[in-house]
Amino acid sequence: MNAGAEIFRGGYRREGARRLAAVAAAALALAALMVVDLVTGPSGMPLAEVRDALLAGPDGPDRRAATILWLLRMPQTLTGALVGACLGVSGLMMQTILANPLASPYTLGFSAAAGFGAALTILFGGALPVPQWVLVPAAAFASTLVACAIIYAIAHFRGASPEVLVLAGIAVLFFFQSLQSLLQFMASPEVLQQIVFWLFGSLLKASWTSVQVTGAILVLCLPFVLRDAWNLTALRLGDANAASLGLNVAALRRRSFGLVALLTAAAVSFTGTIGFVGLIAPHVGRALVGEDHRFGLPMAALMGAVILVSASVLGKLISPGAVIPVGIITAIAGIPMLMGVILTQGDKR
Amino acid sequence: MSGLTLERVSVRRGRVLVLQELSVRLPPGGIVGVVGPNGAGKSTLLLAVAGLLAHGGAVRWQGAPLGGRDIGFLPQAFAVRANLSVLECVLLGRREALGWRVAETEVTGAEAMLERFGLSHLAARPMTALSGGQQQLVLLAQRLLRNPRVLVLDEPTSALDLHHQLDVLRHLQRHARATGGLVLTALHDLTLAARFCDGLLLLAGGALVGQGTPAEVLTENRVGETYRISPEILQARDHCPVIVPH
Repeated sequence: MNAGAEIFRGGYRREGARRLAAVAAAALALAALMVVDLVTGPSGMPLAEVRDALLAGPDGPDRRAATILWLLRMPQTLTGALVGACLGVSGLMMQTILANPLASPYTLGFSAAAGFGAALTILFGGALPVPQWVLVPAAAFASTLVACAIIYAIAHFRGASPEVLVLAGIAVLFFFQSLQSLLQFMASPEVLQQIVFWLFGSLLKASWTSVQVTGAILVLCLPFVLRDAWNLTALRLGDANAASLGLNVAALRRRSFGLVALLTAAAVSFTGTIGFVGLIAPHVGRALVGEDHRFGLPMAALMGAVILVSASVLGKLISPGAVIPVGIITAIAGIPMLMGVILTQGDKR
Repeated sequence: MSGLTLERVSVRRGRVLVLQELSVRLPPGGIVGVVGPNGAGKSTLLLAVAGLLAHGGAVRWQGAPLGGRDIGFLPQAFAVRANLSVLECVLLGRREALGWRVAETEVTGAEAMLERFGLSHLAARPMTALSGGQQQLVLLAQRLLRNPRVLVLDEPTSALDLHHQLDVLRHLQRHARATGGLVLTALHDLTLAARFCDGLLLLAGGALVGQGTPAEVLTENRVGETYRISPEILQARDHCPVIVPH
């Protein structure tokens, strides 16, 4: 073994340790941001009061503090972290399976489908004997899976190449956007306001149900996602090379985008459309831990959560006494980030 | 039945038969070159053998259908745009064996392969920072790390300088001899093919028009007709044919 190789062998291990440390640091940063999010809010509650309410539990003696912390802030913070993680992971998977750095969980029209499902039930769901807080997320979830099924069917007949998936996704996106516009046109001004507010993407809709459902889907999907970490890394070598390594590229793509649909549905059903997190988080993650998806997937999840919880804190700080929806914050902050991505990509060429 | 057997292998694209029924038996332990002009069906044949293209007929290795870990394929379009290091890229050759924690033996194996190709100094460099020729070498090292019985390569020296062309073909020769496997490779340079290949398959218009040792296949008449040139075939000091096109 020559000197260069000897030096690099240590380097490979060192690089692995560095990436692991970066993931751990991101987890700590997320934990710290979640604490900041918990102590921030229009009702104002200092850290000591939050700590006491946290230790006293949901049935603590200070009912006001317990209600604010356990019924409002805690579900919002946890939902924010979980939704961000779902969007980060699915964003990285989309960018990998579509071989496109500008892909996001919404590229295949999943958010438009969720928006249509939500708008449909906001408009017509009143006639059903199911409460709206159940009906709207359920419809958003179901229509996201319908969009997934349409693309899956097209991919089945035309092959699951990135081009076919993107074209099918664009068709689905415009189809559901048109239906959504039709519903908005038909809605009364009051209902239209509700639809538009849903589409904003806000953590104010969060509840313990959203925490449980989104958390359960994330926990169920993660083992399947992580099992493909090496396969997704191999796919970064390009279809021809990955197939030459014995990888069934079409099956990996179908499997991954089914998981992306589930994760995206879990993310948008309760909060509405939150843009840019799924696009930016994978890029930040890649910059920190590289292309090895063993580190990239957890890092994308953590970065998604960090971005969304930060947006939640900002949304509460910018306008004291009110909460700006996170969807608006991420969209505004996402534009310069997107510019940065485009410029960085340009440098690489 | 030893070696690689192709039984009436054919490929259709729509209604067009791009590879006519091809039957051939190739003995193990050597390099077989696939030569012929552009559009002759070389890449199609290699993709069919690699199992990456639907085809008629059967491809067998030592009597059993060829597939899985027995086969290693390096396509013609190889450009890698991923920001993986060279060592990470070579390690992916062992994709199926890699766990959540990469075993020390896997890292050592990948490093040894890089050293065999003289690429150790590039181990930490990102793939995107390499030239086309260097990427080609890294990907070849990656495929060899899989230790396949049948190595199918589509113009593996197309982006390499003369030194590296010889280096790679010597590697392939050693690999075939040491493992008792077979290297089936498309080559455009007939002189290199003559020097390093134990056998040649000459294709034209999707059909096999010549098969045998380089000296048997590369005759002035056959090369002239197939490539539509007037070649002069000389003999090098080591009696290998040297093709001079006119």
